[in-house]
Amino acid sequence: MIPEIGQFALIVALCVAITQAVVPLTGAALGVQRWVAVAVPAALAQLLFVAVAYGCLTWAFLSHDFSVLYVAKNSNSALPLIYRISGVWGSHEGSLLLWSLVLTLWSAAVALFTPGVPRVMRARVLAVMGLVSCGFLLFIIVTSNPFERLLPAAAEGSDLNPLLQDVGLAIHPPMLYLGYVGFSVAFAFSIAALISGQVDSAWARWSRPWTNVAWLFLTLGIALGSWWAYYELGWGGWWFWDPVENASFMPWLMGTALMHSLATTEKRGTFKAWTALLAIFAFALSLLGTFLVRSGVLTSVHAFASDPERGIFILGFLLLVVGGSLTLYAWRAPLLKSAAQTSVLSRDGALLLNNIFLAVVTAAILLGTLYPIAIDAMGDKISVGPPYFNLMFIGLAAPLGVLIGIGMLIRWKHDTFERLKSKLWLPALLAVILAAGLALLLPEFKLAAFVGLSMAVWILLTVISAIRERLQNRSLASALRSTPAGFYGMLLGHLGIAVFIVGITLTSLYTKEKDLRMAPGDTYSVAGYEFTFNGVRQLHVDNYVATRGSFSVHDESGNFATEMFPEKRIYLVQNNPMTEAAINAGLARDLFIALGESLDNQGAWAVRIYYKPFIRWIWLGAIIMALGGVCAASDRRYRRLARGRSPASDALEQAS
Amino acid sequence: MIRFALPLTIFVLMIGLLAYGLRLDPKRVPSPLIDKPAPAFSLSMLEDPSRKLSTADFAGQVWVLNVWASWCVSCRAEHEVIKMLARQNLVIIVGLNYKDQPADASRWLDTYGNPYAASVVDGDGRVGIDWGVYGVPETFVIGADGRIKYKHIGPVTEESLQQKVLPVIKELLG
Repeated sequence: MIPEIGQFALIVALCVAITQAVVPLTGAALGVQRWVAVAVPAALAQLLFVAVAYGCLTWAFLSHDFSVLYVAKNSNSALPLIYRISGVWGSHEGSLLLWSLVLTLWSAAVALFTPGVPRVMRARVLAVMGLVSCGFLLFIIVTSNPFERLLPAAAEGSDLNPLLQDVGLAIHPPMLYLGYVGFSVAFAFSIAALISGQVDSAWARWSRPWTNVAWLFLTLGIALGSWWAYYELGWGGWWFWDPVENASFMPWLMGTALMHSLATTEKRGTFKAWTALLAIFAFALSLLGTFLVRSGVLTSVHAFASDPERGIFILGFLLLVVGGSLTLYAWRAPLLKSAAQTSVLSRDGALLLNNIFLAVVTAAILLGTLYPIAIDAMGDKISVGPPYFNLMFIGLAAPLGVLIGIGMLIRWKHDTFERLKSKLWLPALLAVILAAGLALLLPEFKLAAFVGLSMAVWILLTVISAIRERLQNRSLASALRSTPAGFYGMLLGHLGIAVFIVGITLTSLYTKEKDLRMAPGDTYSVAGYEFTFNGVRQLHVDNYVATRGSFSVHDESGNFATEMFPEKRIYLVQNNPMTEAAINAGLARDLFIALGESLDNQGAWAVRIYYKPFIRWIWLGAIIMALGGVCAASDRRYRRLARGRSPASDALEQAS
Repeated sequence: MIRFALPLTIFVLMIGLLAYGLRLDPKRVPSPLIDKPAPAFSLSMLEDPSRKLSTADFAGQVWVLNVWASWCVSCRAEHEVIKMLARQNLVIIVGLNYKDQPADASRWLDTYGNPYAASVVDGDGRVGIDWGVYGVPETFVIGADGRIKYKHIGPVTEESLQQKVLPVIKELLG
């Protein structure tokens, strides 16, 4: 009965979504206020119904209802509680339901927390989000019903994919979806602005906090995914340029460009058309990501569920949403005139350059991701691997690192070369000297390490210069009072990049890796640490049995000692072997042991040991960036504007 | 105007590419085993563990090897299609019961019907490794010359049976 209620709630939600899309848009076009007023209650009602559907599916998981096909395929009575909750999004149908739930959450948030936005504008935004929601709900109901019955019911479920039985991956998809789907708000604002023809700085100001929040969730989501790949796949890597990873990285890059471009549009009233286009791109790439993952066009380690028929639906949807938006753009964008003239040597110019680089990186990743399909279309199978992506990414991202520092110190509108030079020469010189010193402290001097470190130190120093500039001719107290949170957001975001650069540079250059055959009692030394193998023992835990190896680790001076326990697990239901690496984490280095295969009857095992310096900095950098997003989104300015409806915005509403 | 229509043009081209991509089969991972001799096995029969069945028993015949297990939900969906193929009486269908408990497997066949001429037990999955099985279900078509002619990954649907598996079998039977 409960699953039928869920299905019914989904159908009602679709009806509400159609109402939410059609009535306010028509009302706004014809000037009927009562139709416009439908948008907010519709968004809230839609959230209610989708939440009911979602709750029903969760209930089916919790109560082991194996008469629901999706539950039978993705759960098991031995599955621990947390994975029964996260199992809801463990596969295709449920993850789409989560997508819809997140979209309705964002819509409800827009309905509730945008009091400063004129009513007509908000109604248009909600209508666009309702349209997107229609597509997804229709997709779920028509092709991917999570409530489909399996009669007679299965006696036992075939268990959640063991790869997904992990806390990191349990929270990775919701984070990622909050980010992906969050870009729908900026997208909807952009479309609403294009429809109304009002692309002004108010529009940019309304979009900014939403874009920041979506971006910070996406940042955390990607970092979580990378962290999960690192410890769960047992490969010791943290990024694989897998098509699905690319699918999440491309919207992130576009979102980053969008944040910067929105800043320019708000401050200077320039780049309007470009900003509107970026908002469309960021969301289009989120949809494309969904398409790539869910259609099976590309095979990858993430292809947990794929089906070409569903692909046709998503492709049609993509064509409608993105094609429609770009047509609207081609028609309306020529009307968007930039308010001000800008010189190339200005912060506006630097931000434009940043946008161009980010767009080119995105295009290059898109090309690498889709190229295999193009080649396949000509009859060959190839995959584009890390060498292409690494070369392209490092080559194109390095200038961005330099640009970050310049961008923080250059002036809006117009700057002079002399002033800029006087600001920049000292940080640049210091960065090179300090980086050279640091690089010499490393176990072995490498030019690439020096370059990476100079970049990081350069960003750090320019951040300090930017703070000093704020403090100039002002007391600390008054500087603190007058500095907007957005400024701290920018500093943190850029510092995060610096930390991240240190992480990837040192990890990729100084990782030590050893594949060993170890019998009990054997000792090997890797990067100054002694690893002694103490043999293995068998364990039985919940729904798997494990072979657990034990290693004693010491450093040569005897200051550091620990035990590490890598496991080889067999998940009983699917008979799936899984490697659980043992990781000893530290700010300066990780020790990583993965247990391979048993080699003989004497207890010798294939063992892989990694020493990974500074790998934590990669995720630490992402966390700092996300904190920057929190700061920027919490800027008082957005709340001040939100408080009460100003007479000006009402006048604007009458005019539209 | 043209400048603003450029994104739309690029997007439409990309959609065209993706639409074409959808028609391709991502599961068509070129198997290194195609046209190679089928890896030999000699395994106990599920129905009668005292009897062994080996690849040599099918020499000179076209036959189908279907990898299945009682724990595999997709196999249940595929089972009706395998039965459909069996009813046509074209070829011998051998089941490779993969990493399963024999008791569960027998009960499964009793419940859902048994289209197999025989099922052999690959309890530890060793034969599966030889055959390059990386998921259940998988289906192989082996020619009279003892070579693997076709490999299907994932459940055989009615559509793929009609369009891919049967044409290969019919061609082999001449």
